[in-house]
Amino acid sequence: MFKVEHRDPKKIMTLSRLGSFHQSKLSFLRSFIREFKNWKFERNIFDLSDQGYGSAVYSVNNGERTYSLVCFANELKSDERSDRVIATKWDAAFVLHDGVPTQSDLDRLRENVPKQEVGRVSYKELTLSRANKSVRIFDHVIQRLAAGMQPDSKLVNEVGYLYRTTAVYGSGKFGLADRYRIKDRPEICGPFRLEMMLVYLVRQFTFDQVNHIAKCKNPQKAVELSHDIARNLGIGNSTGLGMAPFIVNHPTLLHNWIFSREEALRQIRQIENVNTEDFEFFKSCFDRSKKNINSWITESEYQNEKIEQLKQDLKKLDNDLFPKLDSKQKHLWNTIYNYVELNLSDEGVEYVVSMMMEPYDSIIEPLVAKMSSEEDQHFDIPGEKKVSELLSIVENHYSKFLDINFETKESVANFWFISKNKEEPRIANRYEENGSDLEQPLAIARDIANLYKKLKSSNQSSTVAEFLLLNQDIRHVVRRCFIVENFPYSEIQDNTIDENLVPIDMLRLKLSFFGAQKFDPRSDKWLRINMYQGAPLIHELNSSDDTWMYDLV
Amino acid sequence: MRTSSEIETISKRASRAAGFTWGVSEEVGKCIKSLELYQISGLENLNDYLKQIKNVEPKGPKKIEHKNSLKEGNFCPIYTGVALMDASNRVMELKTLSIQSIDFPILLIPFLNRISYKIGKMIQVKFDEIEILLNLNNYISSNSDLRKKILKSTERLTINVIENEDTFDANVWDSLYKLSSETFVEESESYHHY
Repeated sequence: MFKVEHRDPKKIMTLSRLGSFHQSKLSFLRSFIREFKNWKFERNIFDLSDQGYGSAVYSVNNGERTYSLVCFANELKSDERSDRVIATKWDAAFVLHDGVPTQSDLDRLRENVPKQEVGRVSYKELTLSRANKSVRIFDHVIQRLAAGMQPDSKLVNEVGYLYRTTAVYGSGKFGLADRYRIKDRPEICGPFRLEMMLVYLVRQFTFDQVNHIAKCKNPQKAVELSHDIARNLGIGNSTGLGMAPFIVNHPTLLHNWIFSREEALRQIRQIENVNTEDFEFFKSCFDRSKKNINSWITESEYQNEKIEQLKQDLKKLDNDLFPKLDSKQKHLWNTIYNYVELNLSDEGVEYVVSMMMEPYDSIIEPLVAKMSSEEDQHFDIPGEKKVSELLSIVENHYSKFLDINFETKESVANFWFISKNKEEPRIANRYEENGSDLEQPLAIARDIANLYKKLKSSNQSSTVAEFLLLNQDIRHVVRRCFIVENFPYSEIQDNTIDENLVPIDMLRLKLSFFGAQKFDPRSDKWLRINMYQGAPLIHELNSSDDTWMYDLV
Repeated sequence: MRTSSEIETISKRASRAAGFTWGVSEEVGKCIKSLELYQISGLENLNDYLKQIKNVEPKGPKKIEHKNSLKEGNFCPIYTGVALMDASNRVMELKTLSIQSIDFPILLIPFLNRISYKIGKMIQVKFDEIEILLNLNNYISSNSDLRKKILKSTERLTINVIENEDTFDANVWDSLYKLSSETFVEESESYHHY
């Protein structure tokens, strides 16, 4: 029987490969829209001044439960506007409330939500965020609408959003509900679903706000933003290093994300007879998606090289593979996969893998439900195991780390720390900055190599419990060994403190699972992305098509 | 109100700052979170303990025995908890353990509760006048109100692994079984199930 294995974690979990992942049918934005399709939407409060400042409440209900987005729009001087995490004021602040907020909830939230990290919310709130206007287009859109015209579509498309969030918080931060309180709700079983809900509703607020301001400016002449232009606008997001440690600190969650992708690919490659309609659907998504790549604008040399490589890869498919491909052949997907793995760059391979999922709801949907994780269930170290068993796990799963020479300055050049100013993760050069004695436990490769040395010189028949009594300094990686044994995609197979580390590869991995598009690195440590660009508007949701992201204008 | 996630993070970071390794500090974060979920004063005990060890080296057991004592000073509840948890099979094997002189014994409770879950047996803990029953990391019951309790140390702490036994009389079982059998249906000769 024809059998395809999962791809080797040692190959897939390298940063260059993970940093080439693209959105797919598994992405959280898309699975959220599929879940959200038949929900009822209401704008309960819309109390904005003529200039657009004030508050608004939007509620969504699935027949059993209601969630409400509470928005506060504030006046902000242009010199106060900053996307940096050190900012203390924003154009707008948002919170997703569990249920419909009472007046006293609203009063409490008005006092706290605009303050973000220094405010305090409660277990009745689920996610918290803030956003700044895109100065380039916000005023332009209002002026045009007030004058009875639609905005310049070229300018609007170039930016792609009216507002850009600079953080979306969840799971117990700043008083928000702990995950354990809500995790069993079926409608939010996918990871980050509440964050996705908040961002989608914020997008609607941005449209309502510009329409409202334009109308107030010129009640007689103003027109509303056209649906076609609005649909092509998403919500921007500036993302920094905070996301990078997240994927190291949530190993089983990371495994579940990657494993879902790998399992989907395995099942698809194993299909013996591919339906003509399924192949045609893949081709149509592929063709529609190509124009998105041309609208992907960035000043980053690193990203532009990757985009160029991707374009060449796709040309290769169009010129060399597709014309010669017998679409009736057995195991068609496997043939395509083998070709791309052999002939394309990492960008191209992962792009095609995402596309191959498009025809297969029946494969993808059950996997979406398995993308969350209970990290605590895998936390305990099995102290009764033998040192020899632990040694063999290290040799099997971390062989790559054992070849790195950690005596060189380059291999340990960086260290991760938590900034005192904003309590956010940062990375710095160990030889140029102070603070490496307060290093976070994110140098997994180095610490595994250290563990290996100690294991080699220990009594192999001792228990891990006995070994740990003398070696608590590497306890954090001993725990990871027993996780990776059962969750092979839980570990990044690269040295995360190497001189040549590109942290945005770690961000891109996470953001691709979010479903973000148009990665625009602004340095090697932060980037901008766009979420929900092309997504159906609220009134279009229940007739929407899951491939909306390929229809950008 | 502070969230569980905040309690775990702050306990972990504070423990690291007090000199515990990251791996041990991760254990502390989980344990303090668990104590606070049971409304036992984990944070207050931890805060006082971390202050106490500012200039001293905390000590844990080098081996888990029936009787555990140090030549000098008191056991650290964190290192002791971690060592017991790693050696939970040994705890099950020994069944009864005593620990001579341990600081902040309340901090040991969540570690023992996790052991109870790992070995699938209830654990009874006694120190001073306090008796605590730990059941598979699911509940904690005590003869004393632990909600505001801060206990700096105890001279002797005992741990008993309780064998799984029925809590009811056999007659009670028989009586209930008889009643439950009234939901059964008599099988007639016409049914032939193989």
